[in-house]
Amino acid sequence: MSNESFEPLLIAFCCQYCSYSAADLAGSMRLQYPTNVRIVRTPCTGRLEVEFFMKAFEKGADGILVAGCLEGGCHFTEGNLLAKGRVGYTQKFLSECGLEAERIRMINISAAQARPLVDHINEMLATLKNIGPSPLKRINQPKNVEMKV
Amino acid sequence: MIVAQRKSIPELIDILEGKKKILVLGCGTCVTVCLAGGEREVSINASALRIASRLKNLSFEVEELTIERQCDNIFIEKAAEAITRNDVVLSFGCGAGVQAIAERYNKPVYAGLDTEFIGILEERATWTEKCVACGKCVLHEYGGICPITRCAKHMLNGPCGGSREDRCEVRANRPCAWQLIYQRLKSIGELDRLKSVKAPKNWNTSIHGGSRVIIREDHRI
Repeated sequence: MSNESFEPLLIAFCCQYCSYSAADLAGSMRLQYPTNVRIVRTPCTGRLEVEFFMKAFEKGADGILVAGCLEGGCHFTEGNLLAKGRVGYTQKFLSECGLEAERIRMINISAAQARPLVDHINEMLATLKNIGPSPLKRINQPKNVEMKV
Repeated sequence: MIVAQRKSIPELIDILEGKKKILVLGCGTCVTVCLAGGEREVSINASALRIASRLKNLSFEVEELTIERQCDNIFIEKAAEAITRNDVVLSFGCGAGVQAIAERYNKPVYAGLDTEFIGILEERATWTEKCVACGKCVLHEYGGICPITRCAKHMLNGPCGGSREDRCEVRANRPCAWQLIYQRLKSIGELDRLKSVKAPKNWNTSIHGGSRVIIREDHRI
């Protein structure tokens, strides 16, 4: 697959208190972002575990965007700071496995920042197009693997 | 508790080279608490191994399981079927867990973690060593601060004199154990304990005398 025709599958985990509302606001403002983003609403980015990210990559996601509240503005005080550490930890695992660490990124967005959210999504998609498709897509999944998530 | 750290994925791949059916076996006790070998870490590492296997064409078939405790027969039995249907066990227990599994099943059992020390959670995500299991506890003499574990030179009769401010000269990021011992004994009114000279320690009770066994005859049938 050439990188020009490649449309990356981006999973965006959005905190319901900030970036999910920002995505909603983007709709109200008629701001468009590409349809190959799959938004997953989460109660807080602190709920996200490294295993969720690893399973998403295992199942063929090209990239993951974790969108949490601005630092100091988390509804649960420090959920976004926990997520930041877990994204960093996931990057370490990806590098060790042979995948690019840039395939996962954390951003901090407030509920009012619809435009910056769209910009971040477009920027992440551009990064993924530059890196190319996840090599795991080309390789068939083993049939006997039991996925718990 | 026993504190351990994960091995890197390239290290695990080296260990597992040539193997096909792999059971990644977690332990729900100490290594879960120190975030090294519990159910979550097993899931992360199993995913990482599957990804690496597909990228490097290693044909691993990875199964995940976490039991309550790997160093206890009652719990090990719960892993029997999973162990039997796999070629190799990659244990995410401590060194005791790995050996307990290896003694009971005639198949390769590999360590997925590096077992580090007996310690406590000192602050969030920071574990520190508190005990070397020397077999003859002297904590009562030193205000509950172990000079064998926490003094880099294992000094039993006072500080070495090399500390700077209150920091150890061997590991500058750690406090001088003897500074802590002095302050502690002073605050609990037991400074007199430091007046007696302690005899050289008999290390036969520790690992230096060979691996240790404890038998409680009163509990044997």
